[in-house]
Amino acid sequence: MTDTLKSTYMSARELRAAYENGETSVREVVAAHVGRIRDVDGEINAYLSVLDEEDLFVQSDAADAHMRDGNASPVTGVPFLIKDNISTTGVRTTAGSRILDGYTPPFDATVVSRLKTAGAIVLGKGNLDEFAMGSSNENSAFGPVINPWGDNRVPGGSSGGAAAAVAAGEAVVALGSDTGGSIRQPASLCGVVGFKPTYGTVSRFGLIAFGSSLDQIGPIARTVADCADTANVISGRDPLDSTSLDFDFDFAERLDRDITGMKIGVPREYIVDGIEPGVRAAFEASLEVLHGLGAHIEETSLPLTDHALAVYYIIAPSEASANLSRFDGVKYGMSIDGEPNARESIEATRGEGFGAEVKRRILIGTYALSAGYYDAYYKKAQQVRTLIRREFQDAFETFDAIATPTSPTVAFELGAKTQDPFQMYLSDVCTIPINIAGLPGISVPCGLSDGLPVGLQILAPQLGDRTALQIAHAYEQTADWQLRPPSL
Amino acid sequence: MSEEILSEDDVKHIARLAALRISDDEVQTMRRQLSDILAHFQTLAELDTEGVPPTGHTTDAHSVMRDDEDMPALNREQTLANAPFVDGAFVRVRPVID
Repeated sequence: MTDTLKSTYMSARELRAAYENGETSVREVVAAHVGRIRDVDGEINAYLSVLDEEDLFVQSDAADAHMRDGNASPVTGVPFLIKDNISTTGVRTTAGSRILDGYTPPFDATVVSRLKTAGAIVLGKGNLDEFAMGSSNENSAFGPVINPWGDNRVPGGSSGGAAAAVAAGEAVVALGSDTGGSIRQPASLCGVVGFKPTYGTVSRFGLIAFGSSLDQIGPIARTVADCADTANVISGRDPLDSTSLDFDFDFAERLDRDITGMKIGVPREYIVDGIEPGVRAAFEASLEVLHGLGAHIEETSLPLTDHALAVYYIIAPSEASANLSRFDGVKYGMSIDGEPNARESIEATRGEGFGAEVKRRILIGTYALSAGYYDAYYKKAQQVRTLIRREFQDAFETFDAIATPTSPTVAFELGAKTQDPFQMYLSDVCTIPINIAGLPGISVPCGLSDGLPVGLQILAPQLGDRTALQIAHAYEQTADWQLRPPSL
Repeated sequence: MSEEILSEDDVKHIARLAALRISDDEVQTMRRQLSDILAHFQTLAELDTEGVPPTGHTTDAHSVMRDDEDMPALNREQTLANAPFVDGAFVRVRPVID
């Protein structure tokens, strides 16, 4: 591996150490990443926009100043990709949709302003399924992302660009968003770590809303420690998001504690019918490793898991149908002119601007909320949501954490599921229940099946983020594949 | 193939409610796909939810109020910068009343 390539495959902690030892400079590392993006992103398509050199130099110099002044944070000088549904002032933000054509936010999302204040480098914006709706990144209006691990394989979704960029050495850390698995599932399929913190720990201000009671921003990185460090920077109460929580803990503080005696439940419902034998084998081997580290592993049952998909695909589209009503071609984005009146103009704009999956979800949500169907669908789903929450609460009376596979399959081929929306929805069967209950969850690489990465998912109770990170970190220390670059 | 839950007219009605113009081809595809998806939701009816309160939100955050303080806001230029059609200080739209 050349020196330049090596610097693009470091973890953020390694990079910080290299800065502190004077082995490299921020400008050098940023230039290496720009070079890497230029070399490989034609194949991967992880970036929808990359900031220009001048802007990157300004950011690099600001990071250098932080270090000179002794104000360095764990993300100072660390190159980030930001998923393109997270607002960046002065930088085009598309949400992967044509309907936002020409839109440039006049403000930063809270997570972006916190990263900037901490001296992080924003390299550019990441490809995604349109409005974060999808599990393969094939719903992007700007073309699919290709998984760096395999020819013609999807990276997962919806944060496909974020996961692929970290896997391909095009960013050290990425910010994604997770409504039903959109951080953890692509992280699993791309062989990197993806962390969805407890709902409310990270401000959603500036995140283009999809399902507001489910959406959560979080990091994708090469190591669990980098996820914890990034969570520390971006999290915390924000007056601009009234659902953000007041809490006070350090996400990284328990990483080095051993996990002896911890009780980890393995719910049998997550070994779903369609699980691939190689995924099951890698998952079961990871349980052996956790057992070897001193954890008590015990099979358990969460019977309502089978209903989570239906609950999610009622609640998320219902919330989306309301959230996406703002895209009308009046104040920003594309607009179809020449219609006889405002109503026709709005209908034409939305008909042209939204892709098929977004339309499907708007229609499902509108139907579920419409007169005569509200009780049977939306209210029923919200009631079952309560039952699912209670089932998790009961499980966490017994267990410190729960372990499951992140995805029942490894990365599948492009086009394999695009004709059957419900088959695509099943890709998130192991990740969706966590959003329904507002829990923290992390996916950490746990081996390969047919040469493609498999992910282990660790779940913890609300605000038990440190437990999930601790177990994932302990597991990660036993593995040797997480930094292995795919053969690009 | 099970009986389809939605008719063509249902799909057109929902699309109208959602202010979404869809082509005749899309009506056909959506009718089939949405009926298929809705059929999978029927499993929820098996569960007894009598008396179970609905969850709208998973944390115990209630209505949060803040002090009414002046804060910087976008100026007119910034506000209009993204509008597709602008006329002087205004956003231009098609007639609202025919």
